[in-house]
Amino acid sequence: MNTAASEHGEGFGHVVPLGTLLGVFAALIALTVITVAATWVDLGAANLFIAMGIAAVKATLVALYFMHLRYDHPFNAMIFVVGLLFLTLFLGLTLLDTKQYQPEIQAAVENPV
Amino acid sequence: MNNATVSAPNEVAAQSEQGHHAHPDYVAHHFDSAEQQFNAGKLGVWVFLLTEILFFGGLFCAYAVYRGNHPEVFIYAHHFLDKNLGALNTAVLIFSSLTMALAVRSAQLEQHRALVTFLIVTLLCAFVFLGVKYVEYRQKWEHGLLWAGRYHPAVHESSHDSPAASGDRGAAVATPPNAGETPSLAPDLPTDVTSSEDAPRLVGVFFSIYFAMTGLHALHVIGGIGAITWILARAVRGEFNRFYFGPVDYVGLYWHLVDLVWIFLFPLLYLIH
Repeated sequence: MNTAASEHGEGFGHVVPLGTLLGVFAALIALTVITVAATWVDLGAANLFIAMGIAAVKATLVALYFMHLRYDHPFNAMIFVVGLLFLTLFLGLTLLDTKQYQPEIQAAVENPV
Repeated sequence: MNNATVSAPNEVAAQSEQGHHAHPDYVAHHFDSAEQQFNAGKLGVWVFLLTEILFFGGLFCAYAVYRGNHPEVFIYAHHFLDKNLGALNTAVLIFSSLTMALAVRSAQLEQHRALVTFLIVTLLCAFVFLGVKYVEYRQKWEHGLLWAGRYHPAVHESSHDSPAASGDRGAAVATPPNAGETPSLAPDLPTDVTSSEDAPRLVGVFFSIYFAMTGLHALHVIGGIGAITWILARAVRGEFNRFYFGPVDYVGLYWHLVDLVWIFLFPLLYLIH
């Protein structure tokens, strides 16, 4: 990038507005409260997905605003997303594998030869 | 580091009478400009954060596999964790992320006193987090709630529950947690926790995962305390300005990642239903 901004005596890069930071903080606290409150309602297996969904929203807010990805070069956001993609691959394939063989393992544990 | 006047990198270059391209002392020689230096450093930190995501990912994978195969262990054991302390720590870390972001903002705007203040507050939050973690770990230690191989629950020995209270809590693991109305240890604890009929096999593995994940996270908090202290010292010496705030930003990114990991750890460990 060029240094045109610095020639004018201003810093480069975007400064996140104070209101935005405070708003994101308030949203994060609110979402935390909702996460805890959601445990008082029993929705069976959906509870996990709801908790993870809310956590994902919180993570997005932190990444976009606190970590500045919203205002950054998209390349940095791509690094972050790629990391998440590989993490998904990691967990997904491992879970596929373990789900495939867990019944056999259980059977072997319960009926030792 | 002398920062008495901040001139734009180009102005300094124009004043140079030497053959090579002069630069302010806060721009390293191999960069064309302060902005390029900042962008390069930021890219480097993001790649490091990617390694951290995968680093913690290994433990999240262990969690996913074990919980997927033995959900009863998690449903039983998570009652030993104090949800209120976990929520408190979540709020503390979120607040510390805010103060860290405000610190970066102050560095960009050359508000030196605000920068120092926000860094100190962030540090304090980190210590509060570790303090709460210490309280939690000590509870586990006292009750023998340790990792696999050393899991020997002994809740009744140092029980802080009055007989009436433990009667109220009932024995059913499935009852919604009644967390934190008293500061007693293990508030959701089923009364017959030491009975082997109700406890699933290998509850210790839950605590192995718990200590590994929260322990690694706590190590990262400690590392963050070191990094923030270093930045604080530099901020007090006035080393940062609107063209050179990278180090504050990068440590901030690391700290936000520590917060991010906890944002997922909290519901996964403390809020299992």
